[in-house]
Amino acid sequence: MAETRKELLLRSIFRRNPIALLVLGICSALAVTGQMSTAFVMSICVILVTAFSNLTISIVRFQIPNTVRIGIQIMVIATLVIIVDQVLKAFFFELSKQLSIFVGLIITNCIIMGRAEGFAMSNPPIASFIDGIGNGLGYGFILMSVAFVRELFGSGSLFGFEILKLTTNGGWYVANGMLVLPASGFFLIALIIWILRSVDPAQQEKS
Amino acid sequence: MAEEHPLKPFYSVLVLAFACSTLVALAAVGLQPYQQINRTLDQKKNILAAAGIYREGVPVLEQFDVIETRVIDLASGRFVDDSDIDPEVYDQPAAALADETGRPLPREVDDAGIRRLETYSLVHLVRQDGAVSQVVLPVRGKGLWSTMYAYVAIDADLNTITGVSFYEHGETPGLGGEIENPRWQATWEGKKLYDDGGDLAFTVQKPGSQVDPEKQRFRVDGLSGATLTSDGVDRLMEFWFGEHGFKSFFEQIRKQGGFNG
Repeated sequence: MAETRKELLLRSIFRRNPIALLVLGICSALAVTGQMSTAFVMSICVILVTAFSNLTISIVRFQIPNTVRIGIQIMVIATLVIIVDQVLKAFFFELSKQLSIFVGLIITNCIIMGRAEGFAMSNPPIASFIDGIGNGLGYGFILMSVAFVRELFGSGSLFGFEILKLTTNGGWYVANGMLVLPASGFFLIALIIWILRSVDPAQQEKS
Repeated sequence: MAEEHPLKPFYSVLVLAFACSTLVALAAVGLQPYQQINRTLDQKKNILAAAGIYREGVPVLEQFDVIETRVIDLASGRFVDDSDIDPEVYDQPAAALADETGRPLPREVDDAGIRRLETYSLVHLVRQDGAVSQVVLPVRGKGLWSTMYAYVAIDADLNTITGVSFYEHGETPGLGGEIENPRWQATWEGKKLYDDGGDLAFTVQKPGSQVDPEKQRFRVDGLSGATLTSDGVDRLMEFWFGEHGFKSFFEQIRKQGGFNG
């Protein structure tokens, strides 16, 4: 199926969102969505890693022996993640402390492996690169939406700036404690999936 | 697809592993100076945080003006001012590893599980209106998975804990990792280290243990779900405020009649 580049980039945001449709990468989506800023940095990291792992794997896809392809994909992904982690530690120390182990866990994020195996192994480099960015954006879109709700109603702020003044600081807003807990990410992601599948019935699973 | 040569997987993996490790090594080595700056800044921030004087939004180095860092000899407890140690770059855990600047600890005294102890330690004196109001001491010890690094701030009476700040560790996030939680660290404030006889009485104990109310002032609740990490914290305090740690330093200061004597 021939798809234009623009379509490749955009389809993963709504139509084939890796979290909403494929339900991949849920674990980190729960863990880092308590605040907009961590979700934002995490999204950038995942976009970079997916894009470049797709690109690298696509370039060498004819050299990869079939028997060890998963191991090779993991090695490429792990290298990229370590580099991202090192860069964060060097230039965004505070954020890297907050994200702590989750940057390292990008390695196990199923989206990246899924795109490497499912797309980059059988498509040319440029298309794979764009597909990587698209999937990263799709992941980031869900992350930011969840983080928006969780931070606004859970902590009364956005990107750390106070929007709703909390009662604990002498304001009027009683923070919703449940939204601070990771489990609330589940409910929000479920709501997003519901909305997306109602708007676009093609995403519904055939019974 | 053509039949693969049986050795091809080995070659490809070897080549790729070599390329990947080169990249990782380059990133790690190339970025190290920047990371080091961050780490030093973070340590200074935690020294201020332990002393309870860190203010958000003000440059750390500016706030660090009130802190005077000195070098002491751990064994004698005396200040060493003529040594060629530069407090700005002195790395205590690294010094412990070298034979000239550290020594192995016999297992029976090594409560903190650090294996080797450095000869010299830094102490950070917090000055307020010219007088020393607190002293911040670097401590470390083994938790469940990792070595935990912290600063403990002690009042000028050399007995009351005024704050603590764990800043580097690899404990389980959410369980042992809660040693970073400011709310838990706040429970340390005001606790006493030594009893009236001068013996170390401070402990970190399981929450809810039966305690004599008299001993409450020496006791901090451990973290639920993180018994081994809490035990590690307990033992590292026992080590660093015992005779191999800062006890002789405290004795020296007392002999002089306190910091401001």
